[in-house]
Amino acid sequence: MAPKGTYIMNANNIAIEVKGLGKRYRIGLKEERHENMASALVDFIKSPLKNYRQYRSLYDFSDISPEKMDEESDDVIWPLKNISFNVHEGEVVGVIGRNGAGKSTLLKILSKITPPTVGEVRLKGRISSLLEVGTGFHNELSGRENVYLNGTILGMRRREVDRKFDEIVEFSGVEKFLDTPVKRYSSGMRVRLAFAVSAHLEPEILIIDEVLAVGDADFQRKCLDKMQDVGQEGRTVLFVSHNMNAITRLCGRVILLEGGRVSMDGPAHDVVSHYMSSGAGLSPEKVWPDLATAPGDQAVRVVGVRVKSDDGQVRRWMDIHKPVALEMEYEVLEEGVELLTYYRIYNEEGVMICTTVDQNSGWYDRPRQPGRYVSRAWIPGNLLNEGLVYVTTVIKNRRTKARHASLREAIGFQLINTLDETNRQTGNSGSYGGVIRAVWPWEVEYLSDNEWRNAVV
Amino acid sequence: MNTSVDNTDITILRPPNRWEFIDFKELKDYRDLLWSMVWRSIKVLYAQTIMGLGWAILNPFIQIILFSVIFGKIAKLPTDGVPYVLFSTVAVIPWTYMSQAMTQSSQSLITGQMMLGKVYFPRLIFPITPVLAKLVDFAVSLLLLVTIMIYYQVAPNWNLIFLPYFVLLMVIIPTGVGMFLSAFAVRFRDVKHAMPFVISLLVYTAPIMYSASSIPADYRFWYSLNPVVAVIEGYRACLLGTTLEWAYIVPGTVVAIVLLFVGALYFRRMERVFVDVL
Repeated sequence: MAPKGTYIMNANNIAIEVKGLGKRYRIGLKEERHENMASALVDFIKSPLKNYRQYRSLYDFSDISPEKMDEESDDVIWPLKNISFNVHEGEVVGVIGRNGAGKSTLLKILSKITPPTVGEVRLKGRISSLLEVGTGFHNELSGRENVYLNGTILGMRRREVDRKFDEIVEFSGVEKFLDTPVKRYSSGMRVRLAFAVSAHLEPEILIIDEVLAVGDADFQRKCLDKMQDVGQEGRTVLFVSHNMNAITRLCGRVILLEGGRVSMDGPAHDVVSHYMSSGAGLSPEKVWPDLATAPGDQAVRVVGVRVKSDDGQVRRWMDIHKPVALEMEYEVLEEGVELLTYYRIYNEEGVMICTTVDQNSGWYDRPRQPGRYVSRAWIPGNLLNEGLVYVTTVIKNRRTKARHASLREAIGFQLINTLDETNRQTGNSGSYGGVIRAVWPWEVEYLSDNEWRNAVV
Repeated sequence: MNTSVDNTDITILRPPNRWEFIDFKELKDYRDLLWSMVWRSIKVLYAQTIMGLGWAILNPFIQIILFSVIFGKIAKLPTDGVPYVLFSTVAVIPWTYMSQAMTQSSQSLITGQMMLGKVYFPRLIFPITPVLAKLVDFAVSLLLLVTIMIYYQVAPNWNLIFLPYFVLLMVIIPTGVGMFLSAFAVRFRDVKHAMPFVISLLVYTAPIMYSASSIPADYRFWYSLNPVVAVIEGYRACLLGTTLEWAYIVPGTVVAIVLLFVGALYFRRMERVFVDVL
């Protein structure tokens, strides 16, 4: 199709300059204690100095230096650590990485939603960010009113919305319902209208997060095309997505984030294929040879977790059409425990696809003798969709429900569609979206006009 | 700046400084958004109601009747010779505005937190929106005021020219309080629970149901530090022709302006951590 964002490397046309950017958050526990004033007050009386420091530390960054970023303390996390890169004018750059790699934090800083803790960003020109389509849409307002509201929220002037109004409405295809409250819209119409507004922004820099994960396939295609146009108009685009197809289609260059740092930065194909082949930090197997340090407690210890193909191979990629085995190997140390074993399965976006619990192996309510066991669950072929799959394994006590071991995203693998040829023959792209692969029986019946009438009468 | 040849705007994002005041230029750039938000909150407030804007009249009207029966007829509070209905109408109408604007403004960041994390615009728009949107209700409720004034056949005297001053003061108070409390509420959700109490405290410490002249002279200065007193006294003087009590109005104005500045500074100070703390 169209060429990808072309750009000239030149020090004078840098649109986004990111230097030594870092972001620190305080997490959970310690902050929560201040959720209400009474408890803060009690704490304050108890230990004024500690509280004062804690309160100050929210704004005080004098003690922070990039060198300290690796010293993780219990209430501080650094989702971004010392990130630097430049983006030239007109460049379309993709940002990829696993969940927690710092992508959304980076976007939030660039779109001014949250300030950086260290470092600096220079942005040249007007900037708009789409972290979500339809921000500020209100159900009670009509489509027309929402276009104005959403447009101004995204930084347009009223006059600009006036000028583009017809174009926006035409793009969305909801002309007929413009004066109907949005609450009567179908979710598809809502999304189309919202995206139409976003697509007509004309900033010099556009920051986009996953907005393509909305709408039906036709509309997604329309959005992709519209965005390609955007790139060709010489606009700078920073595009974050889990959709590798969209990334390679739209972006000339890709930045891979890992653990809050830039781990690779280069031509889209190189980075994406590196990311895919490295399995993005996936490991199909984990083993703990030393029983004393293996995860678990005095009753049960897990010594290994792995994913196996139906022919018994442990590897990073699995054929989407074939069954896949999830295995956990564990040592029971206590006489007579009853175990509840289960796997939670997540996709690469962190969505939990399902939980599978051992209820039918026959060991479900059977007291166990000490010794080594393997619990194996089979994921049928053609059940999960293409992409990365992460598996969390849990062993609980069936009676007390107490947890013996829980290994968060212990293993991961990639499901690959190996039969691209047949898809090409049927004219499908191979990727259908969604978390499951719905290869279901279909039927078509030919009902002639007459028969149909007869059937009704 | 070393990278730019032309005059395109350069935005620099850095770790936040300490104290900053309101960025009026940015606020001006976003004025269209402010109007959209004000429009949204007006429209949404009365969506799917039978009475619609009629509530803006009904609300103070019921309160006036209540006050007139309880404090006028039963308790027979002195009103310096003014019919009680008239006396309380003039106070209840600006007070209804202030209390509603304050309550909504102080919750504005919490109710808007979804939007807060998704897109940037001057955060100040959140607490300011209800303060402006409620002015529409206020304007509508003036109809009630005019009707009652015509019924009692009161014509305002020259004091009326000061009315815009008190309208302004009436807007400044919830703006200052709203900015401060909305920022405070981000960290301490207590604000939501404390608000009804604060509001009723203000009702009793302002001359809404009773006359300010019943306050003992020794306490008048302390009493005047409540800026709501200045607004109510001002409205009475402007509309009913009672004397303008500058001893109430000046301290109240000073407090209101201090509130506005403190609110703005605190808001700006907290602004940068809103998203991280919410």
